[in-house]
Amino acid sequence: MHPALSIVFFTTSSGAGFALLVLLGLGAPLDLLPPSQGFGFAALAIAILLAAAGLASSAFHLGRPERAWRAFSQWRSSWLSREGVFSILTFLPAAVFGIGWVFFGVTGGLVGLCGILSAALAATTIYCTGMIYASLKPIHQWHNSWVLPNYFALGLMSGFLVLDFLVRLWAARPWGVTILTFIVVLTGWWTKERYWRFIDTTSAQSTVASATLLGSRGKVRMLEPPHTEENYLLREMGFRIARKHRVRLRRVARLAGFALPALLTLLALVLGGALGVVAAGLAVSSAAIGLVAERWLFFAEAKHTVTLYYGAEVA
Amino acid sequence: MTSLPESRPGQKKLGLVVDLDICVGCHACATACKEWNASGHMGPLPDFNPYGNDAWGVWFNRIHSFEEGEGAGARTIHFPKSCLHCEEPACVTVCPTGASYKRAEDGIVLVNESICIGCKLCSWACPYGAREFDVDEGVMKKCTLCIDRIYNENLAPEDRQPACVMVCPVNARHFGDLGDPQSDVSEMVAQRRGGDLMPELGYKPVNKYLPPRSSRMVPGQTATADAPAPNDPVSPSDRLLRWVDRLLSR
Repeated sequence: MHPALSIVFFTTSSGAGFALLVLLGLGAPLDLLPPSQGFGFAALAIAILLAAAGLASSAFHLGRPERAWRAFSQWRSSWLSREGVFSILTFLPAAVFGIGWVFFGVTGGLVGLCGILSAALAATTIYCTGMIYASLKPIHQWHNSWVLPNYFALGLMSGFLVLDFLVRLWAARPWGVTILTFIVVLTGWWTKERYWRFIDTTSAQSTVASATLLGSRGKVRMLEPPHTEENYLLREMGFRIARKHRVRLRRVARLAGFALPALLTLLALVLGGALGVVAAGLAVSSAAIGLVAERWLFFAEAKHTVTLYYGAEVA
Repeated sequence: MTSLPESRPGQKKLGLVVDLDICVGCHACATACKEWNASGHMGPLPDFNPYGNDAWGVWFNRIHSFEEGEGAGARTIHFPKSCLHCEEPACVTVCPTGASYKRAEDGIVLVNESICIGCKLCSWACPYGAREFDVDEGVMKKCTLCIDRIYNENLAPEDRQPACVMVCPVNARHFGDLGDPQSDVSEMVAQRRGGDLMPELGYKPVNKYLPPRSSRMVPGQTATADAPAPNDPVSPSDRLLRWVDRLLSR
């Protein structure tokens, strides 16, 4: 599948934003986070900015962005529509939660309830994003049980990394947050490795034989494509990545996305203070680079069944 | 509404039957499709850079060519592919705006261009590559089963068929109601054991493909085909003509 930059950015950025909203919506009412209004402002602003920037970026992918509002109508059948609906719904209680916390310093009672509600809605939004991909049967690398855990784990991981950085600006040694961050980074790494192993060792049920009803006389192979030049189908669905680049990008994702953030988080735990803040900040930037590489690969490595009509033997 | 219409017993399912045994790969169906539909219901079908390098554009019908088997037993199969108007079209249910829909009355899958946002998700959800994006208009386009021909009262009744079916010079394409087991197309599918493309995905395509016949003359057999088979009744006049033919061929 063609890795459109707008979608790569959208899923990584809004994944981090909504996951951070989950953590803030649960953490503040349960008194697990610094109650400071300044922290509330900074953290909520970043969460909402990341989520909204992602959503805005996804609109660039549309052929008719001015009609984007129509996408809220088909929530009965479409995961994309559900994602849109839940992302907007999330902002309503999040606004009450934010106003209560930032302007009045309240994180309990009704404000806290709105926080928990926005956490639940944000988690549902991430679920819907994952399902957009996991529900597409023609793409084996997406239609499998590792995709949803990946979206959740990687979203939470980026949310935790940002949270750890921010908390350090207000509390010298947030042991709990940092240790959880470390565990979540390792969990994210583990799910990604399992996903990669899955797509490396399995392939789609569909083959060129099942796609054409042929094969009674032996192996089926393409003789001639229908057209000499590329068409929309090949540009959008027939994207192919060289093995060399795949290996290299996986290395970038492993190193920048998981190994470095895990190490830097541990370092921040040990160092504390200003150096801890720097380490946590570096962990966030490193993860951002790694996750963009990871998400780019998520598209580039996905093979659509339409390629079976264009010379692929399996998808 | 992108939820699918409730399926009723005896429902009309208009679609195509493609005979892979006799398609010669002439691309006439693709050309006729483009010609009719460029100004039809889903038109225009733009072409970009049509006379230069890297020419591309929107087509609803593509003719692929495959080989199966090895050596003398191998054969070439031409494989036309257009929208299969599935009974379980995920391209419809994934649509966030309701632009993609399946008609309850005849099962035709269409796009309402005026509310399509061009998110392309439907083209990802189609396993067969039936939908092509029009970058000019920013909306998705697809085969309409020539809805503007098959119900067109300005055309003579015999012309109320999809353009690809009308033009096929070898009669490899047939149009009809596959929901009616008594229809010509349904009987043809039953006789020739027609099947679904990628049935494992569960999209339940309405269009059916008739596989190539197994008893096909292969080059090795044509040499012996000249000699009459033991129980082949050949009249004396035929024998005389053959003898003359052989004599003159020397």
